[in-house]
Amino acid sequence: MMKNFLFVLLGAALLVAMSSLFIVDERQLAIKFQLGEIVESDYKPGLHIKAPWPINNVRKFDKRVLTLDTRPERFLTGEKKNVSVDFFVKWRIKDPAKYYTSFMGDERQAGLRLLQIVNNGLQLEFDQRTIKQVVSDDRSIMMTDLTTKASVEVAPFGIEIVDVRIKQIELPDEVLSSVYQRMRAERERIAKEHRAEGQEAAKGIQAIADRERTVILAEARRDAEILHGEGDARATEIYANAYGENQEYYEFYRSMTAYREALANSQDVLVLEPDSEFFKYFSDYSVK
Amino acid sequence: MAWNEPGGDKKDPWGGGGNEGPPDLDEMARKMRERMNKFFGGKGGGSAGKGGGRPLSLGLVAIVAVLAWVLSGIYIIEPAERGVVLRLGKFHTITGPGPHWIMRGLETVDKVDVDNLRTVSHRAKMLTRDENIVQVEVAVQYQVRDAQEYLFQVRDPDYTLQEATESALREVIGGISMDEFLSGGRGAIVKQTKELTQAILDKYKAGLILTSVNLQDPQPPEEVQGAFEDAIKAQEDEVRYKNQAQAYALDILPKARGDAARLREAAMGYREKVVANAEGEASRFTQTRAEYEKAPEITRKRMYLETMEYVLANTSKVLMTVKDGNNLMYIPLDKLMDNRGRATTAPAEEVQINATPTSPVEGSRGRTSSRDGGTR
Repeated sequence: MMKNFLFVLLGAALLVAMSSLFIVDERQLAIKFQLGEIVESDYKPGLHIKAPWPINNVRKFDKRVLTLDTRPERFLTGEKKNVSVDFFVKWRIKDPAKYYTSFMGDERQAGLRLLQIVNNGLQLEFDQRTIKQVVSDDRSIMMTDLTTKASVEVAPFGIEIVDVRIKQIELPDEVLSSVYQRMRAERERIAKEHRAEGQEAAKGIQAIADRERTVILAEARRDAEILHGEGDARATEIYANAYGENQEYYEFYRSMTAYREALANSQDVLVLEPDSEFFKYFSDYSVK
Repeated sequence: MAWNEPGGDKKDPWGGGGNEGPPDLDEMARKMRERMNKFFGGKGGGSAGKGGGRPLSLGLVAIVAVLAWVLSGIYIIEPAERGVVLRLGKFHTITGPGPHWIMRGLETVDKVDVDNLRTVSHRAKMLTRDENIVQVEVAVQYQVRDAQEYLFQVRDPDYTLQEATESALREVIGGISMDEFLSGGRGAIVKQTKELTQAILDKYKAGLILTSVNLQDPQPPEEVQGAFEDAIKAQEDEVRYKNQAQAYALDILPKARGDAARLREAAMGYREKVVANAEGEASRFTQTRAEYEKAPEITRKRMYLETMEYVLANTSKVLMTVKDGNNLMYIPLDKLMDNRGRATTAPAEEVQINATPTSPVEGSRGRTSSRDGGTR
């Protein structure tokens, strides 16, 4: 009997010992409650002691960077254009005590609150900017600003915002189709420009070729005329030299040649009076 | 807590008892109590004699339990892996490939694949700086750089990397114009995306490193692809037009040069021809002149008669004498021509009638040609 009692006692002691120990993982934060009241929240990873249940109890939270990623939200830009923005928030629990009192340790609730804050912040940022600024120029400034501002707002909840990043900024459908139309028009313009430039160049090349051809032919004709002239001049000189030796004979000789050439055509009809030298003996054969 | 310390007496029965699983305290305590009971019971029995069956079996159970605990602590790390060991929840060490042992219950190990490359790809339409939309597809390869960070700093690091990549890529694309995107700027996009993504990951201490970022062929979105293709075709057309024009130039210019050469040669030929003709004729003239000067009168007469003979032999002729001064003679030349055209011999008679009796008229032979020679 005595032995059994000893066992029970020992067992109870062990139970108490076990329930007064708890392990905090590298990934975890822990808070210790004493009868429902937070007494300690700054635990390093390792083995820790607490009073046995129900005096103390412990709750653990994730210490790592957490992600809040929701469906795209709609925002109005400065020029009153609707854009749908997909973003994510990286956050972590910094002060587990504050976090617990704010959300009763419910991560979903924390996420909703966070989303609300970031949404408001984003709307403020978008209000001041055009789509172009949002997409390009101010994108990183916006994200940094938002991270800073939202961090201040969520500090009372024991939360730290590591980063707010915009993933996707999407234009609404009606704007989208006009963007496509503009892109098409732009390409068409470029296409036309290329074709026109091609034709311009082609016509230029053709014109130059035509001009060159004209010049080449004209120069050739000029040279030809010069050569003709040279020939004619030379011939004239030769004729003049030869014929000048006896002008009277030349006139006769040339006339005879001309008669042969000009009159000896079988289609010609000559109406003659037979009193020329040729017909001297035509009607009178006596000695003249 | 000496009874729970590692490296303690291996025969410690509670060492085995405390390692059956998650620290469910009630369950654990119950089991322990049972074992304690057995143990003490065994010891009590053992004093009676070592040969007793009950103590022996109790000792055996204890040994088996210890053995089981020891064996359950053995784990193997694959060559590509690292093991991160936590002792009582606190980071203890990182173990490399090979077999290792942990104290089950006090220590835990997480295996992380650090060598194998992991791949994430992302494909989406994105806005460029000039508010155009482009189609982007990117594949990212990465691996774990720091197993400790990978495990402890971020919840779901792989998904975080995916988000970081998407965000960084969109930021980079948002910073360039569409033309820059479609032409050339790929290297820069890849570099910037990689750097930016890495910076984001480092900020979260995700323990990941990007090894490569691959950007697929940049493309305009399907909705406007036709127009883009046409624009590219237009560039080719531009080149084609130029080539065609050059072909035209290459075609006509040599021909023109050929024509020019022909003109020049022809002219040269003409020059030679007229000079040669002139020389020939001049020579002929000079030679006959020499003979002519020896007997001018007779030569003249001969030449004249020969010429007349030749001329009159080859033409039609109408001979008439108008010695009386009678000018009212009618010669129907037009009819004469007409009749000759009809190839008859009639005109000779007709003319004879109209002419004076003394003027013999000789009609030429009939000709088939109706052409008027133009000379009267």
